[in-house]
Amino acid sequence: MTTELFFVQLINGVQYGLLLFLIASGLTLVFGVMGILNLAHGSMYMVGAYLVWYFATVTGSFTVSAVLSAIIALSLGILIERVLIQRLYNRNHLDQVLLTIGMIFVFNSLQSILFGNDPYGVAVPGALDGGIPFTDNSSYPIYRIFAALVCVAIAGVLYYVVSRTRLGMLIRAGESNREMVEALGVNIKSLYTVVFAIGVMLAAVSGIIAAPMRSIVPGMGESVLITCFVVVVIGGMGSIKGAFVGALLVGLISTFSSVLMPSMSNMIIYIFMILVLLVKPQGLFAK
Amino acid sequence: MSRMKTLASAVLATTLAATATTSAAATDPVKVGVMLPFSGIYAQLGEAGRDGLKLALKEKAAELHGADIEFIEMDTEAKPARAPELASSMLGQHEADFVIGPVHSGVAMGMIKVLRGKDTVMIIPNAGAAAATGPLCSPNIFRTSFSSWQPSYPMGKVALDKGYKDVYLISWNYGMGRESLEAFEESFKAGGGNVVKKVLMPFPSTNFQPHISDIAAQDPDAVFVFFAGGGAIKFVKDYDAMGLRGKIPLLGSGFLTEGTLEAQGEAAEGVLTGLHYAEQLDVPQNEKFREAFNTEYGHYPDIYAVQGYDAGLAIANTINQLSGDVSDKQAVIDTMAKLTINSPRGDFTFSRAHNPVQNIYLREVKDGVNVVTSVAAEALEDPARGCKL
Repeated sequence: MTTELFFVQLINGVQYGLLLFLIASGLTLVFGVMGILNLAHGSMYMVGAYLVWYFATVTGSFTVSAVLSAIIALSLGILIERVLIQRLYNRNHLDQVLLTIGMIFVFNSLQSILFGNDPYGVAVPGALDGGIPFTDNSSYPIYRIFAALVCVAIAGVLYYVVSRTRLGMLIRAGESNREMVEALGVNIKSLYTVVFAIGVMLAAVSGIIAAPMRSIVPGMGESVLITCFVVVVIGGMGSIKGAFVGALLVGLISTFSSVLMPSMSNMIIYIFMILVLLVKPQGLFAK
Repeated sequence: MSRMKTLASAVLATTLAATATTSAAATDPVKVGVMLPFSGIYAQLGEAGRDGLKLALKEKAAELHGADIEFIEMDTEAKPARAPELASSMLGQHEADFVIGPVHSGVAMGMIKVLRGKDTVMIIPNAGAAAATGPLCSPNIFRTSFSSWQPSYPMGKVALDKGYKDVYLISWNYGMGRESLEAFEESFKAGGGNVVKKVLMPFPSTNFQPHISDIAAQDPDAVFVFFAGGGAIKFVKDYDAMGLRGKIPLLGSGFLTEGTLEAQGEAAEGVLTGLHYAEQLDVPQNEKFREAFNTEYGHYPDIYAVQGYDAGLAIANTINQLSGDVSDKQAVIDTMAKLTINSPRGDFTFSRAHNPVQNIYLREVKDGVNVVTSVAAEALEDPARGCKL
């Protein structure tokens, strides 16, 4: 591999990793704060992608569709938390897994009924179409740079909110001692609703951002879910910082391994995960 | 993830009354078992195949010598593990005369395991696995679609004719992907072409960007790929996004741009593919078929509907030539093997292994349509390697 190609792949890996972070952040947030293992997280990613595709075909504007889809996802998150998840806080993880697996089937069927099984694509928004000259014969798509920047921005906002704001303080307090926070007069119920809804919205937003770069197909949620879990497990369940580092590592490793040894590339991520868990059984940044 | 559907075993039987009154009423109805995916990722393909099949038998109702057709439908989904069980039930419980299916090559292998060498005639309306008309060929197994070899083999010569000497190959590491690349290599290398690199990605990974960066760095004369469905959409879009479209020509097996063009948009312009059909193919029976299909179902047919329709034609013509009596299974097989199918893709016959001997068309995407630019290979016969028929 030439030095030039090495740097090209480095950029590819970082860009892929940043998107993985965005998808995984909601999963780890919800688990860290609420202790809820949401297997339907991938479905929320799918919901975002399908919604933005649908609204983009209706309205013709990516921005309008993205905002609409994000709002719907947020409302959906509130609804799911209030109607379903709330009943599970005092149950064990197995019950949560059962419910959220059930949700995967429900959302897949809804997708099939509402949107059909054809594969779809979303056009890159006009202003971000095109590329900047990159190597001799290739260019780098502007939209992908934009997407990476959005991921960095969201990571920054998440970090700021969790570590510097009152909401973040409550979230962190709720994580370490739920009863004490409640005893101090904080409405932990609504706090949980907010956190879960934000988690759902983060998944949907990553689906929205990914839509112009991916194909929108049945089952797209499950395919990201597994990678997401690898990221979160490597980083440490519940740690946002861990998800960020884990996502970048997974992005880089899968990019380089798929070029250097394509037939092994799927396995290498899991081997890496096993190695991390051997050294740090709780993940890199576990609390 | 798989669906928790047990619906697959539900059996829907419908009868289609033949309108012919000329000949004596046949005793038992002809049982046509339909084993296609009606749920899961290939549901759309399964429905198209069934619709085509039923249209053909409806159109030919007057030529069936009074034979009634009874359809037995089973949902195979895309689950190879369930295929033998479903096929056994078609054979034992329902005593089907014909079994049409499936879409997915893995399911096909499961069905063949049970149906091979039996009296029931199996007609595959899609699955391209080489083995079905290769090592596992059998007198009672027919195919109305293609073998994986067929759409890709002529593309090696197409590449050479266009002056592409160094070609980069990439696909998924599974049956159809490997067989497609090998078929391309076969004609390409025989003509003196050089394969710069051959990449087999794990299925169904769609992380194409690192590979496209690698293609740019290798700078070959052209790229040949096999991808289908969602992967095909993403590969073509990524290829365009990285600025390679118009610089390094992209060639592929026809499924790269089949049913995906709308989603690929402008990114697909100029892509060259080989396939046994194109929706705008200028053959009289294609136009007739397209209109008839649209009248019946309210939308235009795709390649999967064509392949199902041709399976229906094969059944109808066989019944017709045997004057409505399909009880002699050897006669059914012998008759079907000699048919010329008046397909929307153009006429085709069956090879000794019962795979279509058919034209492969070279298509170029222009304004969002696969435009046929030439016949890449005329009456191309799959080599049926390993078949002892």
